Amino acid sequence: MTHAPQRATFYELQAKNRLNSVLVLVAFFAFVAFLGLGLDWFVFGEMLGVEGGPTVPFFTLFGLAWGAFHAAVSWFGGARQVLHSTHARPARPESSPAEKQFVNVVEEMAIAAGLPVPKTYVVPDDDPNAFAVGRDPEHAAIAVTEGLLAQLDRDELQGVIGHEMSHVRNLDIRALTLVTALFGATVLLSDVARRGLSSRHGRHGSWRSSDNDRGGGGGGMAILFIAWMLVAVLAPILARFLAMAVSRSREYLADASAAELTRNPLGLASALRKLDAAHEPTHQISQGSAHLCITDPRGLRVNERDGAFADWLGTHPPIARRIALLEGMAGVLTPSGESPRSG
Amino acid sequence: MIGLILLGIVVLFVVWLVGQFNGLVQLRNQVQNAWAQIDVQLKRRSDLIPNLVNTVKGVMKFEQETLEKVMNARARALGATSIAERGVAEAEVSQGLGRLLAVMENYPELKSNQNALQLQEEVTATENKVGFARQFYNDVVMKFNTAQQTFPGNVIAGMFNFKPSDFLQVPEADRAVPKVDLSLS
Repeated sequence: MTHAPQRATFYELQAKNRLNSVLVLVAFFAFVAFLGLGLDWFVFGEMLGVEGGPTVPFFTLFGLAWGAFHAAVSWFGGARQVLHSTHARPARPESSPAEKQFVNVVEEMAIAAGLPVPKTYVVPDDDPNAFAVGRDPEHAAIAVTEGLLAQLDRDELQGVIGHEMSHVRNLDIRALTLVTALFGATVLLSDVARRGLSSRHGRHGSWRSSDNDRGGGGGGMAILFIAWMLVAVLAPILARFLAMAVSRSREYLADASAAELTRNPLGLASALRKLDAAHEPTHQISQGSAHLCITDPRGLRVNERDGAFADWLGTHPPIARRIALLEGMAGVLTPSGESPRSG
Repeated sequence: MIGLILLGIVVLFVVWLVGQFNGLVQLRNQVQNAWAQIDVQLKRRSDLIPNLVNTVKGVMKFEQETLEKVMNARARALGATSIAERGVAEAEVSQGLGRLLAVMENYPELKSNQNALQLQEEVTATENKVGFARQFYNDVVMKFNTAQQTFPGNVIAGMFNFKPSDFLQVPEADRAVPKVDLSLS
């Protein structure tokens, strides 16, 4: 990134991020549907000997049902499962001043967001990190590591909790649950598709003969078929890019909302700087929960680098860019009022 | 056939109107709820003050005046008969507590006193909660007023006589007499 941090109000950023998230979710749905319909049309229909696929799009429905099933499982049991897998324990405000402060800050942010106070958990790990779970604000919980409480001052902690509270308020956990479930469905469908293709290949001997079988379908169908085949093979990778894109846009949105809640973007910016400096894998937080954390717990350098490659692969945007955006917001939030926007 | 289509349009319009109206009512209730939340936080703060004063008054000999001011302002806030009067008193409590927090740093005895440290965190949290409750109130008022002033909310608001709510003004620290408009008209 060579251009100066953009000056955008958190309201503008929120609107933009919401739109992006919706677009990506729609793309994800279309993607699963395309994969499933193709499977019905080219493979299952062929197996049954029905021209144009079966009347009931079996694989499409199966893929969506599979996704829905996984979404339901994590919907009802996901929060408990994540907390359990990270060895989180309920915060003890009576016995530890640091945890008392943590609980206080969570209450403050809940008031600022106008939400019920989430449950508070502490993860016994020295690496500073934080995450939120729960399908809606009524069932939400916020967990921080002991390392985070030890290293951040009050303003920085407030920024981090504001970020997590935004995940709760913006229903990010719900969106990411959906994405994870659809991601599973995509991988499954793609697997079935590849098996179907190889069996079909075996029966007909060559692609050309199978195209000829379809007769009237002609060249258009062949092109569509090749496109579908490419998508089926590349599906897991493409789905991963989409999932990461949702995760990243949600992180930007949570940063922007945290600034709205605390009215102090510099607190979070300073916290991110400390988290960046202390970057080592958070051992207690496993792969599956990475997208829930304030910074990537796996310590992947890909999240730190800038450029196209990092843009595509990380669950989190580069910390430097997040800091720059927050500091840009601080420029707009100074008491002098509206400052002119620059490109 | 045309009659049916017209009926459909009318039904859709009524449903839409009801939705718009309910949205405004919902926002108005949110404004009232946010207002009540400020009260809840002010009450918490009021309960905390005697405890705070008892803990620090032996040590902070040079701040007796500040302590007294906080206690007096609290008493006036509790006994206030009008919202405006209470607003002024609560603002004075805030000022006094802010000053106490600032000078507590100068007392080494307090810094090593676990009880005092806990109180310091408690006062900070309490002041923040009051502040964030006010901020949330203003955020909701902004939403409510924007909904009333933009199309089509402005038409509905006019038809059903919705009134914009007032923002809470934050007193500037350097004003001699803090003026807080707490009235919810």
